[in-house]
Amino acid sequence: MKLSRKHVLGIAELSLQDIELILKTARSFREITERPLKKVPTLRGRSVIGLFYEPSTRTRSSFELAAKRLSADAVNISASTSSVSKGETLIDTGLTLQAMRPDVVIVRHPVAGSVHLLARRCRDIRFVNAGDGMHEHPTQALLDAMTIIDNKDKLEGLRVVIVGDIRHSRVARSNALLLSKCGAQVAVCGPPTLIPLDFHQYQVDVEHDMGKALQGADVVMMLRTQRERQHEVFYPSTKEYFNLYGLNSKKMEAAKPDAIVMHPGPINRGIEIDPAMADGPHSVILEQVTNGLAVRMAVLYLLAGSGEGLGI
Amino acid sequence: MKILIRQGLVVDPTQDINRQCDLLLEEGRVAAIDSKIELSPDQKAEVVEARGWVVTPGLIDMHVHLREPGREDKETVESGARAAAAGGFTSVMCMPNTDPVIDNESVVRHVIEQGRRAGSANVHPAGAITKGQAGQELAEIGEMARAGIVAISDDGYPVMNSQVMRRAMEYARLFGLPVLDHCEDKHLSAGGCMNESSASTRLGLNGMAGVAEEIHIARDIMLSRLTGCHAHICHISTAEALQHVRRGKEDGIAVTTEVCPHHFTLADADIENYDTNYKMSPPLRTPRDVEAMLEGLRDGSIDCIATDHAPHTSLEKDTTFEEAAFGIIGLETSLPLCVEHLLRKEVVSLPRLVQLMSVNPARILGLERGTLKKGSVADVTVFDAERQVTVDSNAFKSKSRNTPYQGWVLHGLPVLTIVSGRIVHDAR
Repeated sequence: MKLSRKHVLGIAELSLQDIELILKTARSFREITERPLKKVPTLRGRSVIGLFYEPSTRTRSSFELAAKRLSADAVNISASTSSVSKGETLIDTGLTLQAMRPDVVIVRHPVAGSVHLLARRCRDIRFVNAGDGMHEHPTQALLDAMTIIDNKDKLEGLRVVIVGDIRHSRVARSNALLLSKCGAQVAVCGPPTLIPLDFHQYQVDVEHDMGKALQGADVVMMLRTQRERQHEVFYPSTKEYFNLYGLNSKKMEAAKPDAIVMHPGPINRGIEIDPAMADGPHSVILEQVTNGLAVRMAVLYLLAGSGEGLGI
Repeated sequence: MKILIRQGLVVDPTQDINRQCDLLLEEGRVAAIDSKIELSPDQKAEVVEARGWVVTPGLIDMHVHLREPGREDKETVESGARAAAAGGFTSVMCMPNTDPVIDNESVVRHVIEQGRRAGSANVHPAGAITKGQAGQELAEIGEMARAGIVAISDDGYPVMNSQVMRRAMEYARLFGLPVLDHCEDKHLSAGGCMNESSASTRLGLNGMAGVAEEIHIARDIMLSRLTGCHAHICHISTAEALQHVRRGKEDGIAVTTEVCPHHFTLADADIENYDTNYKMSPPLRTPRDVEAMLEGLRDGSIDCIATDHAPHTSLEKDTTFEEAAFGIIGLETSLPLCVEHLLRKEVVSLPRLVQLMSVNPARILGLERGTLKKGSVADVTVFDAERQVTVDSNAFKSKSRNTPYQGWVLHGLPVLTIVSGRIVHDAR
């Protein structure tokens, strides 16, 4: 089985079959991370470049580790330490990398559509979007789906509530697309200033009252308040924000007793989530990190692998 | 030199002419229009057989950016004028957001002189409203009027201070100049790169709400009422904005407006794959707004069609959508787009199209053009409304290539462009 797409640029472009294939492949790879020797020769001789224009710890190290565990040659480039800081354009950077004949390039960029531009101009490379501005972060949504299925056995029919800065969140967009596509009942919650007027287009409910939003929730997905993207005042203070939209045990009572709490990280403790919730029994935040590695291994394998067996 | 244009469909709303006839141009003026004009044997004239073609007063684009002085790598007065002629335009009005800004007499004279040298189209500059288009102090409007500006505008940089705008309008009246008004509340649109809509949400791009345009238009119509100054709303793009203009007209306020071809042929939903050729300001709006623009053209509430021809180098467009420059070129696609989307779809009649593209721009700018009355300047456009053309920006006369219409198949070929009785573009 192969992906129907050359790149993984967004959930919007992936079919349901693609999503199922990635998740199925990720499950088989997760087992590798539990072995004492965490490495297979699957992508030996393949090269994977991570091109990071934004600060990133977990996504960057997750992709790098995923590539290395598949025995690919992995290189990471930061914009701040590359020719970008000397004024090189995005396209020139892409063409330069293409001349080195990598198999996959992973791109994290602060501007929406940047990876699409690279994919259009550098036709010999397969690209993975590791987050483009406010647009999409497909592997995050895939790892979230895997985590939910691990805990709930399914996606269909579940009530998933995504809370926080929906406006600036690529995680919210990718998750809304994926979860709706897979039959979950999705609601987003946050102040009106942080939810685009027409977010209904993702077939999600929009709720501004967190108490109402969490009623009967199976999954509570908290988002980071993206202060670096908020160039104007979207709420009066972090104190008020936490009171209205921060997750604590009191608010969590509205959700189902076995509801899980998710967060893409990094966490702003005390601003969007109470430490007791982040570290408590509902939390699956660290499972998300583990699944992230497996999902990224799957994506790299499906894009750069020979398709002749997993070699595991 | 005489030019006899034979048996074209002559359309001149200023004389209520819409029939097949002959048109004689002599010494740079219209000498005669008649069913059949016979030349005596001693009269030498270039004869243009125009049967099947449309003959109109020279088209006027009252909103272009020629980038000179300062950004001659994008466009010059000369290349812009050639692009105008190739697009069927005999006159253009260029905006003052050059470097330096056209905010004083000497720059005005420079641009006019460059236009005169270029020769292929009449080039009329607009002067800035405020010094450096900074929105603070009034530019030397009187001096610029003496030097030949036909309007004032801070296009691209809306005057945010209402008091400054009021004074500008009061002062412009003294010289009979219209204020060409870029309406955009910069606080509301800050950071946006496309229309705020379901499309911007889907693409993850910051939007510019239509209300940013509408608020500013409402303000300036109110200021026009207060001052009596003619406010011309540039590049209108939303349904509600047009409602403001309609109400202003009903109230007898001196307000006119223009629409760009891209705002009645494209919508925000057409922005796919982050193609920066779809990035302009005001941005492409919703399909509902596009319908409203067509209705405004149909019912007469929109006065004219202008391109907002905004040339940019590939360097400024060949980047991400957010970082790319705003604007597209339009001089060489305007007429075919209008023929295809307005005429052939029967949104407007041929006489109405001529009003929109020639008669009304001349009237708004106070130009003694836009007519084929006997004795008037022989600025004439001849086009073939039936001829199919494929848009090929590589063949454009403009220095820039930033168009979303590349490869589009349209009808309407500008065949001849005649300025003051001289053929400046010939595609026969």
